[in-house]
Amino acid sequence: MATLNPRHEEGLFYVLAALGGLVAAVGLGAALYMEHTGHVVTGMNNQIVWGLPHVFAIFLIVAASGVLNVASIGSVFGKKAYKSRAPLSALLCIAMLSGGLAVIMLDLGRADRLMVAATHFNPTSVFGWNVILYPGMYAIVAVYLWTLMERRMNPYSKAAGLATFIWRILLTTGTGSIFAFLVARQAYGNAVLPAMFIIMSFAWGLAVFMIVQKTMFGWNDMTLHPAIRGRMKNLLGTFVAAVFYFVATYHLTNIYFAKQTAFEEFILLSGGIFPTLFWLGYVLVGTVIPLLILYVPDLNRIRGSVFAASGLVIVGAFCLLYVFIIGGQAFPLEIFPGYDVKSSFMDGAIDSYSPTLPEALLAFGGLGIAFTITTIGVRALRFLPQDDLAELEAAGSIVD
Amino acid sequence: MSAPNPRRAFFAAAGAGVAGLGFTAIAPGLHLMAVGEANAAARPAGTAASPAIRWGLLIDATKCAPGCTKCIDACHEENGVSEQLPDPRQNSQWIRKIELVDRRNGRVTTLPMMCQHCAKPPCVDVCPTGASMKRADGIVLVDRHTCIGCRYCMMACPYKARSFVHTNLTEQSPETPRGKGCVESCTLCVHRVDKGQQPACVEKCPEGAMTFGDLNDPVSAISKRIAAANTTQVLSDLKLDLGVRYQGI
Repeated sequence: MATLNPRHEEGLFYVLAALGGLVAAVGLGAALYMEHTGHVVTGMNNQIVWGLPHVFAIFLIVAASGVLNVASIGSVFGKKAYKSRAPLSALLCIAMLSGGLAVIMLDLGRADRLMVAATHFNPTSVFGWNVILYPGMYAIVAVYLWTLMERRMNPYSKAAGLATFIWRILLTTGTGSIFAFLVARQAYGNAVLPAMFIIMSFAWGLAVFMIVQKTMFGWNDMTLHPAIRGRMKNLLGTFVAAVFYFVATYHLTNIYFAKQTAFEEFILLSGGIFPTLFWLGYVLVGTVIPLLILYVPDLNRIRGSVFAASGLVIVGAFCLLYVFIIGGQAFPLEIFPGYDVKSSFMDGAIDSYSPTLPEALLAFGGLGIAFTITTIGVRALRFLPQDDLAELEAAGSIVD
Repeated sequence: MSAPNPRRAFFAAAGAGVAGLGFTAIAPGLHLMAVGEANAAARPAGTAASPAIRWGLLIDATKCAPGCTKCIDACHEENGVSEQLPDPRQNSQWIRKIELVDRRNGRVTTLPMMCQHCAKPPCVDVCPTGASMKRADGIVLVDRHTCIGCRYCMMACPYKARSFVHTNLTEQSPETPRGKGCVESCTLCVHRVDKGQQPACVEKCPEGAMTFGDLNDPVSAISKRIAAANTTQVLSDLKLDLGVRYQGI
């Protein structure tokens, strides 16, 4: 990327920040409209109760936790190449958490009752735990950022990093448990889900990080050292493969249980949009192609290929979440096993879901919030990863 | 219900003692019980629901007439559930009729399905604010003041018993608060039960297919019928200990 002259560069920054702000503002407007009219203007109904906003919100929240993995590898596991990336990883965490939480809160039927959620706590509810885990995440990451960016606080960064690491594992366990603790629906109620969400967070968070890092380096006319790029791409590949392992385990276990085979047949074969998104979107575009790019040397030597692979991992993530969340609700609850059932309330019937404009705008508004916070953050503060190559070489971190 | 429970005995004694001082003014609940076909005494205002009681329903599916929607009409009239949205999947349905066809022999059964008033309700477990709650007498309710409309309870209910209010409402029943953005379900007509009456669906069923009463009272009509006939709890493997039982499925 050619160096921009400072005036053009500043102009571009304002354009990007304004675009992000506009998407966020339109999302907020859509939420206000939904609040005013009720969810009648959405495609959600009494069968598919969580829709596109939840797909986006859960992606953002899961990726927010995972992007901190970059910081943890530096602070908890002592890998020097990752240490200089910790501040950016913490900023991205806060940005995505803000976007995700905003969407999930604004989609509530009574978004005006946020204070009720904050003051009434049910200890048996995973959502209840999340009311503590999510704001706690903000606080703990803010302290961690402070220890990273304020020189006098640097000695505490390792302890803060460890606390952040533990907290985010708990947080993503909580997100996976939202579904793992559901006994009612065929798609959920599975103990593998919290672990699967944790590994998904690693892959998706790292993919987001790689994209932002590449963009920032390009903006500043810098090039990532090939050895560091190589390490990060291999780590992304490992995470992507691990997610696939968990997804395969989840489906294979279900296929083995007779009571679950009808659901699996629906999700993997006959369910229209869902098998298409699963096989083409998640397996091919989001897993196989990125793995080929990341592990075939002739492919990943191409400039921009790792960036592209990261983007495809994110596309696959959205496809997987759409299949998991929407597809899991579209399949009817089996209330009377052994019977064909029908009613005026979609019993025994496969539901269809078409997101409407307001809920889509709200969903994208979450991305807008995350994007705007990131853009302004990296502009205003020193988040650009600065690699001290001599130090890394001495530590043996950049041996090809 | 034939034999008095201790609380009713107390009220009877109290009523007798003060009879000359204005029977109906002092014990209105006793009066209701005396004239109606109620299952129990009314719950006096200001007293808590009793954990000694477990309200329940027994539904005889062999008596439930195909095509009949009297229970649904009665419920929705009683509770002011009247909105008709363009997408019917967004309408609230506190009670619905399900038609079951046995895959082995084609036998057709119809039955009403509603909140099963579980003793261990998943909706109560998952509700972040505690708005989903189980009253001491086993009735599962939603507190409309603390429901934030997250719909997690709808994801958790194995019986698909809950509805989300998708639009602005008018003409609500004064005794049944409902509102846009909150989740709701069958209340077992708690406002009627507290007055010593039966749920509207039970009262209006022309076939007498539904029996309401105290599952904890061994001499109540519902308990006697459950003791005498084969009854089923839907998805009994979940071990949620349901307040609603079915006969003939």
